[in-house]
Parts: sequence; structure tokens; C-alpha cells
Amino acid sequence: MGTPIASIISAGISKFGVRDGLYTRELFVEAVREAFDRCPNLDPKRDIEALFVGMMSESYEHQAHVAPLLADWVGLLPVPAFRTEAACASSGVALRNALCGVGSGMYDVVLVGGVEKMTHFSTTGVTDVLAMASDFPFEQWHGITFPGIFGMMAVDHMHRYGTTEEQMASVAVKNHEHGALNPKAHFQKRITLDDVLSSRPVAWPLKLYDCCPRSDGASCLVIASPKIAKKFTDTPVQIMGSGQAQDTLSLFDRENFSSMKVTRLAAQQAYSMASVTPKDIDVAELHDCFTIAEIMAYEDLGFCEPGKGGKLIEEGATYLGGKIPTNTSGGLKAKGHPVGATGTAQACEIYLQLTNQAGKRQVAGAEIGLTENIGGSASTGVVHIYQRGD
Amino acid sequence: MVAIMTKSTVTSQDEKTAFVRDEKGEILPVVENFYKFCSERKLMGVKCKQCGALIWPPRGICPKCFAKTLEWTEFKGKGKLLTYTIIHFPPSRFQALAPYAVGILKLEEGPQLPGMIKNVKLEDLRIGMDLQVDFETALPKEWPRWPRYFFKPAS
Repeated sequence: MGTPIASIISAGISKFGVRDGLYTRELFVEAVREAFDRCPNLDPKRDIEALFVGMMSESYEHQAHVAPLLADWVGLLPVPAFRTEAACASSGVALRNALCGVGSGMYDVVLVGGVEKMTHFSTTGVTDVLAMASDFPFEQWHGITFPGIFGMMAVDHMHRYGTTEEQMASVAVKNHEHGALNPKAHFQKRITLDDVLSSRPVAWPLKLYDCCPRSDGASCLVIASPKIAKKFTDTPVQIMGSGQAQDTLSLFDRENFSSMKVTRLAAQQAYSMASVTPKDIDVAELHDCFTIAEIMAYEDLGFCEPGKGGKLIEEGATYLGGKIPTNTSGGLKAKGHPVGATGTAQACEIYLQLTNQAGKRQVAGAEIGLTENIGGSASTGVVHIYQRGD
Repeated sequence: MVAIMTKSTVTSQDEKTAFVRDEKGEILPVVENFYKFCSERKLMGVKCKQCGALIWPPRGICPKCFAKTLEWTEFKGKGKLLTYTIIHFPPSRFQALAPYAVGILKLEEGPQLPGMIKNVKLEDLRIGMDLQVDFETALPKEWPRWPRYFFKPAS
């Protein structure tokens, strides 16, 4: 293994789902309170030197400039606060920015998180807001939605590799099974293959249950320089590798619609920095905004050969108890996808897994974890690798 | 780079043909002008004078060789369908059209472009089918005043 970039000394996550009457600030407070409670040796006012937060859209609450707002609501004023926007990868990128802050020596302890409040908007309203992360003059202007973009990837994957609608549906079934074990998940209900296959078409071949829901929620991590992490906790989680890459905002200009170049490149960077290979990963949280995205992630992260992602889920390898359990939290599909909260929520799940706090969904003996967070049509990709630090 | 999306760039009486130009009078390789050409039923991209790359959408720096010398070139508008999907949950602007097909066309000249597919039964859509670009005649009344292109079966 390489050397740690930073240590996670605590983590917190709000309940995900429909949180009527609670807005961005209150959801974020819920996550941060849990993180502060979990780490009694942390004195937030004394120790935390900066806040990094990911949030996608001002449209939902007519609220911009959330960095000072959230710093205020969690009691951290006047520390510098930074908000990042990278669509669905907003807090994955916030985490990477936080690592740059700690890794450079600028800060010793920072709070990093993400948040989104979405469910007070209608399906059409959310579709319109999310579509803002695609190219306005060439995608939005021609009626192309986000499910549509991933639908086009799915059609290509089916044509190129023979991937089936049943294999895609299996990803949703698995993630709901895992979500049923997570008390913070939006959906804690098992579903069948037939439920997915018979659900309403959204963007053929993707059906309603191939798509993650719109959710409210927040998540956060407290990260510290590895040299002082043990002052705060005996069981830190070390962040060993970080990678990020960008691709065209739009899908149309790419060579291969069946692969996410940003995930491949970010993973190469993270694996190399952590000195590990895909075989070393014990548990992973993947960006299953649509079922096809999890199948492509298996391939792009090297969990299987290109084109064999459908086979991997079919064999059950990514279930709890399988060779490489993915989305033990329920993933975006069942845990929910409050867009800006997702990147750090994935890291929270890996923190819980590597500190043996994942309850009924615990992967026994997990030592090394990975998160993969993408933004838009995989125009942004962020991969992080974690190791038990006790 | 000029601001391409403001009303102040439109100075001529006939807005349909008022291209955004540089100080020498050349038509700038910008999105606004791509759609101005659409209103003349022309599908335009740019060619890099240095490396010869054909680039769509038009822009001011060649992404292959970084040259800043790009000239307009017209595409025939014929190509093959690379991938597609059928949208059942549309954005608010497109509520009346759903379900409708969108896809990505690979032009004979090489560039790839996304758009709506019309005049094809949804069940007849096939990867690799021959399509050609056509243009809507209606010009939207408010910004953005961009006449849409679309794909239809090759004649």
C-alpha cells in the first residue's frame, strides 16, 4: 500500500428519502450532528479549519451561496467554506478538494459533505433541473433527458455486448435487497426482477425501477491529517488513493458509449496512488444512477472484463457475501440519490464498513474499500480508495 | 470570445441572417451561428486549417491540435444511427411529443451529433440505419431563437 493522503476520523449521514418540511440547512445539520456525536474527542470550533460542501442546484430552494449558510448552521463561522458543483459528483469532487486542502498541509482538520433537497419538486421539475447538467444547445434543446442519455448508453451496451434488460434489472433487485438492511435508506423494501421489468418505461430500455429516485438527504465526513488522526479516534479510515477525470459534457462526441472514460482514468490514478489492484477491493460503492451505470462501472473499474458486467451481476458476485459486494448501502437506487449528497454518502458507507459499524450489511473482515462517483453523463468521474486504519 | 447568447450581438434588421461576426466581418465559429445556418437549412461545422480535423459543434480552438484557425464547412447531413432511446418522461418543453425517439448520428464526414428522430415508427428504430438531417421551419419567438434540426429516414 502507499501512504495515506488523509484520515476519516468521523462520518455522518441523514436519513435519506422524502423529508417533508426539512430543507438543505436542516438536512445538513442532521448529518453533521451525527458526525460530531460519533467523535467525542473532536471540538469542532477548535479543530475544524474549513468546510467543503457539494450541492448541485440552486433551483430547488431558490438558494445560492450555500457555503457560508451551511458553515453558519453547523456553527463553524468564520472558517473558509467552499461549495462545489459537479452535478451528481458534487460532493465526490468536494472530497477531492478537501483532500487537496489537507494533503497540501493547508489544513489539519476539515469537514466535507454534500446535500440536496429535491422531493418538493414534481418529476417534471426534477427532470428539468437535472437536465441542466447536460449540454443546453445540443442535448436539452433537442429533448434529451438524463434517463435518455443513459438509455442511449444501455442500447449501445446491449448491441455491443448482448447485455440484457434482465441483467440491468438484477442490479436494481440487488441494491434494493441491500437497502432493506440500511435503516437510513430511502427504500427499505425488496423488489423482484418482475417488478423492475414490468415497471413503466422511462427511456427505453430503462424502466422506472432501473432509475434511482429523487431524494432529500445530506452526508459528511471529518477528515484529518494522518499524523494527528489518532488524537481523535483509534479507528480512523485512511484515504489511500484519489483520482478525478473529465470528459465531454455531452455523450454524442465520444468514441464508445458503453464505457465511462472518466471512471477508467480516475480509477487508474486512484489504484496507482494506493498501490492496489481491483482484486484487492473488498467492498465498493458505485454510482448506480441507472442500472446500466453500475454494470459499466464494474467494467471500467476492472472488476470484470469490458462487456462482462451483465454476467458479473447475473452470477451474484456483487451481492453481500459475493466476491466483490457493491452498493451495500443500497446504492443510489435504494438508499436514494439526493444528488449533492451522494459522493460523501458513498464514503460514509465505506467508513462504516471499514470500522465494522455497518450492522446487518457488514462485509466481514473488509480491509479495503472503493467509491466511484460520476457527474452528468460521466463528464466528471471521481474514484477514492480507503483502508482500515486501526 | 464574444458573448454568444446575448441579444446585443444581433444588430441587423433581419435577425435570421444576422450572424455574429469578428472585427474583420468573418462569421465566428460559435453556437449562435450554427443555428443561424440551420435557419438557412445548412448543417455546418468547422474544419481546422492546421490539422484538417472536422469539428462539430463549431468552436474557437481545435480540440485536436489547439490551432485557432477554423473555417466553416457544410456537411451533407447523411449518416448512420449509432445509438438511440425512446423518451417517455420528457422535460417540460417536450411534454406534448412523448413518447419520442432521440439518437446520435454519425455523419458520413465523421462528426457525431445528437438529435430527435422523426418519421420513423419507434419499433422500426435500428442501430446502423441510414438517416438524414432536416430542419424545422419554425423559429422560436424568445431566446434561444434556434431552429431545431432533426433526423429522418434517408430518401
